[in-house]
Amino acid sequence: MDAFNEMFATDGRPHAHCAGYAAWLGAQSPERLAHERAKADALFHRVGITFAVYGEAEGTERLIPFDIVPRIIAPAEWRLLAEGLRQRVRALNAFLGDIYGAQEILRAGVVPAEAVLCNSQYRPEMQGIAVAEGIYAHIAGIDVVRDGEGRFRVLEDNLRVPSGVSYMLENRKVMMRLFPDLFGEIPVAPVEHYPDVLLGNLRSVAPVGVTDPTVVVLTPGAYNSAYFEHAFLAQQMGVELVEGQDLFVRDLVVYMRTTRGPRRVDVIYRRIDDDFLDPLVFRADSTLGVPGLLSAYRAGRVTIANAIGTGVADDKSIYPYVPDMIRFYLGEAALIDNVDTYILRRPEDLAYTLANLGELVVKEVHGAGGYGMLIGPKATRAEIAEFRARIEANPAHYIAQPTLALSTCPTFVEEGLAPRHVDLRPFVLSGREVTIVPGGLTRVALREGSLVVNSSQGGGTKDTWVLEA
Amino acid sequence: MLSRTADHLYWMSRYLERAENLARLLDSLYRRSLLPHREASQAWRWRATLEALGVAEAYARQCGDLDPQRAFAFLATDRDHAGSIVSLLREARENARAVRGTITAEMWETLNTSYIDLRGAAERDRGEFLEWVKYRSHLSRGVTVGTMLRDEAFHFTRIGIYLERADFIPRLVLSHWRSEARGSDAASWSVLLRALSAFEVYRRVFRDSVTPRRVVELLLLQRDFPRSLRRCLSEVVTSLAAVRNEASAETERLAGALHADLQFGRMADHPDEAVPALLERIEQRVRTVALGVTDNFLVSAS
Repeated sequence: MDAFNEMFATDGRPHAHCAGYAAWLGAQSPERLAHERAKADALFHRVGITFAVYGEAEGTERLIPFDIVPRIIAPAEWRLLAEGLRQRVRALNAFLGDIYGAQEILRAGVVPAEAVLCNSQYRPEMQGIAVAEGIYAHIAGIDVVRDGEGRFRVLEDNLRVPSGVSYMLENRKVMMRLFPDLFGEIPVAPVEHYPDVLLGNLRSVAPVGVTDPTVVVLTPGAYNSAYFEHAFLAQQMGVELVEGQDLFVRDLVVYMRTTRGPRRVDVIYRRIDDDFLDPLVFRADSTLGVPGLLSAYRAGRVTIANAIGTGVADDKSIYPYVPDMIRFYLGEAALIDNVDTYILRRPEDLAYTLANLGELVVKEVHGAGGYGMLIGPKATRAEIAEFRARIEANPAHYIAQPTLALSTCPTFVEEGLAPRHVDLRPFVLSGREVTIVPGGLTRVALREGSLVVNSSQGGGTKDTWVLEA
Repeated sequence: MLSRTADHLYWMSRYLERAENLARLLDSLYRRSLLPHREASQAWRWRATLEALGVAEAYARQCGDLDPQRAFAFLATDRDHAGSIVSLLREARENARAVRGTITAEMWETLNTSYIDLRGAAERDRGEFLEWVKYRSHLSRGVTVGTMLRDEAFHFTRIGIYLERADFIPRLVLSHWRSEARGSDAASWSVLLRALSAFEVYRRVFRDSVTPRRVVELLLLQRDFPRSLRRCLSEVVTSLAAVRNEASAETERLAGALHADLQFGRMADHPDEAVPALLERIEQRVRTVALGVTDNFLVSAS
C-alpha cells in the first residue's frame, strides 16, 4: 500500500490546501533554500534549543534536526481531528477518575481489571483522592498518524509528562524569521498563545479556596534531556522553574525557598516522573523530588499536573480499549479510530500474530521510546525468532499492529527534496475547559523508508501549519 | 525569587566580571612586557600576579616553574584550570543555563554565543583574544541593562558584578604596588590605567602627570568612575537595599560602613608604607560583605 503524501496527490499535483505553498516552494532558488537551512541551524544553536544525549559526557548537547518544509493541514480536517482529540481526552480523564474511584468500568468488564490493577503504572496511593475539576491528564500529547487512505488514527496517548511543545513554538518562530514573506500570503493559524492557555489551564485547577494560585514548573534540572523545554515554558508563563531541592512541605503545605523566605506553592506543573516525586512514598533514593509532597497532595493542598498515576491510562495494554471507554463514558462512537490492534492476551489474536510476525509491528506494553518493539518487515529472521520466544513466554505483555504506511511529507535530505514519513503530536489541555492550540509537533523520520520518528533514533521535526478557513 | 535562582544569577555575573577583569589584568601585563624591561622584573611581575589571584600554588602544581608563556595560558585558555578565562566563561554560561527562564532571551543568547565562539577566539593571538573577552563582557552587561526588568533578579546580577569588581581592584592595585616596588615608574602605572579604561579618566580628574598615589586615589576613592571601589560599593549598597530581607541588616551595615569610609577617606591619611595594609584591610572587608550576601540570600533556610 502506498503512503499518503501530505502535500501532493497521486497525480503529482499539490492538494488544494497546499497549492499556495507548493507554488512558492517551486519558485525559490536552491541557493536561497540552502541558505535558509543553514540559517535555521545557526538559530537553533544560538538559542540553545538542544537536548542532552543520554550516555554521553555530561553537558553534551545536540540539536534535533529541523526541516524547513512545513507539514500543512486543511481547516476542515483539523476541525474533525481536534473534535476527536477532545473527545478522546475527556474519556481518558473520566477513565482515570473511575479507576481511582468507583471502578465501574472494571466491574462492567469493559476493560479487564487485571490490565489495570496489576499494571505497574497503576498507583494505589491515588485511590480515593479528589482531584480538582476531576482532571488527571491536564496536558496530553496524542500521537496521530495517517493510514494509507489518509485517515487520521491515534497511535499512542501520552498522559504522563508529554514533551515537545517547545519545538512546536520554536519551529514556528524560526519559520517566521526565515520566511516572513510566506506568512503574509498563507493564513497559518497562530500557536504563540500556547503558554497563556497553559497558564490559564493550570490556574483553573488550583486547590479549592485558592483564588490567586502560585504556579511553578518542576524540573529534574539542567542536565535533563528536556531541560530547554522546562525553562522555556516557565519563562513564557512567567512562573518559577523549581527543582525538588527548592521546595519543602510543612504542615501539609508546599513552599518554595525564596530570597524573602518561604512562599506557598499551589499548582505544580511537574516534568519529572511519578517514581521520583516523593522519596517518602515512591523511590527512596530520589533526590529530584520533595519529601512529603504526596501527603500535601492527598490533603488537597496542592495540585500536581499531570496527576500521579496517569501512566496507567496511556499504557499500550490499555490503549486498545480507549474506543470502548469513549462509548462507556460519553455514549459516543470514537471520532478518530485507533490503529487496528491485536491484543495478545486474547488467544485468537495471539495465534494470528504468531503466524504473521513478518508483517506486523509488535510492541511491548510497558515500553517507551521505540526500543522494545519489533518491526516485522524490517527485522531479521533471528530478531523475529527472538521476539517470538519473548511473546510466547508472556503474551499479555505485547500488542501487535499491522505495519502502517505512515504518511509522508516532502523533506530536505542530502539528495534534495524527498518524501519522508511523519507523525503528529497535538497537545490537548484539560482544566475547566478542554483546549487545543491549532498545531502540534510534527516529527519526521529522516532516514529513507524509516518509520521511526523518535529524536533518539534519527528523527527530526517540522513546523505544523493548520490553515485558517 | 528562588534562592537557587539568585545564587545562579549572582555567580553568573561574578564569573563574567572576573573573566573581564582577568582579561584586563593580562592585558596590562602583556603591555608592560612590551616596555623596556629586564627579564628578572618580568618573572617577578608574573609571580606577583599569580599570588594576587591566589593561584600561585595551583600554578606550580600544574605547570611547574614560572614561565610567562605558560602562565598566560594558565590564566587565559587553560581548560583544566577552573580560574582561567575560558573556564570562567563556561561556568558563567552554565549558571545562565540554569536560570535561562529568568534572564531575558537576549541575555541568554549573548552568553551562549560567547560560549559557542570561545573555542575559535582562544586560538587567536593574545591581544585579540583579550579584546574579544572584554567586548563580549561589554555586550553581556549592555544587554542586561538594556533588557532586564529592574526586579530582584536584576539586583542580584548587580551585586555579583560590583562585589567581584570590588574584590578585584584592591588585589590588582596591591599586586602592582608590590611588583613596581619603587613605585615611581609612570609608564607602568599608565599601562595599569589603560587596562582599566582609566587613563583618560585620570587625565580629566587630575590634569597632571601619573603618580602611583593618585592612581590609588582614583581607583579607591573617586565617586563617579565605574571602576573605582567607592563607586562599586555605592552600587552594592543600592542593590542590597532593593533585595533587603529579614536577615540582611548586618550585611547592609557592613557594606554601608565600607562605603562611608571610602566616601570620607583621603589619601593624605595613608603614607606610602601604609598603603599595602590599607588595601589588604579593604580586601578583607569586601570579602565579609560577600559572605553575608551568601548567608542572607543564597543559602536557603527552610
